[in-house]
Amino acid sequence: MTAVVLQQVSRWFGNVVAVNDVTMTIGPGVTGLLGPNGAGKSTLIHMMAGFLAPSSGTVTLDGEPVWQNEQIYRRIGLVPEREAMYDVVTGRQFVLANAELHGLPDAAAAAARALATVEMTDAQDRDISTYSKGMKQRIKMATALVHDPPVLLLDEPFNGMDPRQRLQLIDLLRAMGAEGRTVLFSSHILEEVERLADSIQVMVAGRHAASGDFREIRRLMTERPHQYTVRSSDDRALAAAVIADGSTSGVELIKDGAAVAGSADLGAAGLQVQATDYARFIRLLPQVAARQGIRLYDVVPADESLESVFSYLVAR
Amino acid sequence: MNATVAQLTARSLLGRRRVLILMALPVVLLLLCGAIRLLAGSDPQVGVGLLGGFALGTVVPLLGVIAGTGAIGPEIDDGSIVYLLSKPLSRPTIVRTKLVVASATAIVLSAVPTLIAGFVLLGTTDRIAVAYAVAATVASITYCAGFLLLAVVTRNAVVIGLIYALVWETVIGGYVPGAQALSVQQWSTALAERIVGAKAAQDGVTAAVSLGTAVPLLLAVLIGSTWYAGRRLRSIRLTGDD
Repeated sequence: MTAVVLQQVSRWFGNVVAVNDVTMTIGPGVTGLLGPNGAGKSTLIHMMAGFLAPSSGTVTLDGEPVWQNEQIYRRIGLVPEREAMYDVVTGRQFVLANAELHGLPDAAAAAARALATVEMTDAQDRDISTYSKGMKQRIKMATALVHDPPVLLLDEPFNGMDPRQRLQLIDLLRAMGAEGRTVLFSSHILEEVERLADSIQVMVAGRHAASGDFREIRRLMTERPHQYTVRSSDDRALAAAVIADGSTSGVELIKDGAAVAGSADLGAAGLQVQATDYARFIRLLPQVAARQGIRLYDVVPADESLESVFSYLVAR
Repeated sequence: MNATVAQLTARSLLGRRRVLILMALPVVLLLLCGAIRLLAGSDPQVGVGLLGGFALGTVVPLLGVIAGTGAIGPEIDDGSIVYLLSKPLSRPTIVRTKLVVASATAIVLSAVPTLIAGFVLLGTTDRIAVAYAVAATVASITYCAGFLLLAVVTRNAVVIGLIYALVWETVIGGYVPGAQALSVQQWSTALAERIVGAKAAQDGVTAAVSLGTAVPLLLAVLIGSTWYAGRRLRSIRLTGDD
């Protein structure tokens, strides 16, 4: 069993703390590293891959430190986020070069096998510079798989892929995880992680916000209060009607002189509604408005951005 | 040495039409020599002026900058060096291999044209052609080592290298006595002076430093830069987007 273990790992760049006291163990199977942009996911992966020294704490692979330990790469395959490769060569030449750099006994066979795994055999003799983004991603994958490593680290592997390529990669990574490899990928997209990962590690603002299996995190996310911004022809009357129902826990009038146009209630630019049972609130709102003869202009979920979902998890 | 690293380095250094651009300087050198030989005949003073001033003073340092930084700088900039670093390869091996490729490129494109230029200008007179070719070879290797280190240490290696090559070596190194002691051009000229021998002073092949000073300094730059570049490459930070 191969496991990447982080013990109280922090990393700061000058005054900026990119990763703050993270302790986690990544074991066999597919793990999703989820978090908004700038959460420290890449920094964390760079440390796991031995490209960055932790400012404090330790990163080990089966007990061996990964920092400044070149031999560790016999067991790690890395798919970097950046696209640049040696693009003056063909896909096959590049994967072959990677096999040779690993010092594999039969580099040509290993390269052919890796290219077949990512289904790039047909296009292998074209220059990398002519490849589409998805093809480049698959070649990157092939270079990481060429030495058959037990650990696979992927930094935002789905970026820029079309849906079909996405499905292929999901299938491939699932298969890798099912074979007992330790597969870690980072993503800022909930649905990708949901579809693929057996377990999830959530990073927010450099901190390890949550971990566990997906259903657990999903439950935390759906059970959180939802906020809506509502504009109507009579915000005050609507507020009174809405708070009377049990699906909301709070209603606030937004004062904003600039946005009052069209509102009968001068001085209020809308309502901020805190819904505890959002499914019920969404059904209720139009019925209440119709009954009171109030026109709804705008109903906008205020906090559906990933950042607010994450910050809810952190604040919890 | 690692053959695959060498191959990838050579391809990115000379790939596409880059080699044609690199050939511009030696071509200018050879054209200039041809023209001077036709117009001024074979004059050791004129020949040494061109070999020392233009070939050793400008073409060699410029190609040193291009080959030395080009062997590793672009890979660090675009992040593709990660494919070399994520392998069980020692970092010093990567540096040494890239130095060999860069040096070979610089020698072929500057020292060899210097030798040809010397023969065109002066024939075999006083071994001046060979002397400058040897000096250019040694200077090329030293420059490549220094600029390769520079490219590992800073993203602005090309700019700093060009300023060094053009301002320090060509202008200051040529005129300011104190600066000459810290000039690869002067160190390698000391070699040329020794090869030309007794008639060196008469032909104008004179270095500001003695051979006894030059050789240790050349070796110090070569060995020191290569060692330190390997060390720095072990802890190089790859910029991510996060």
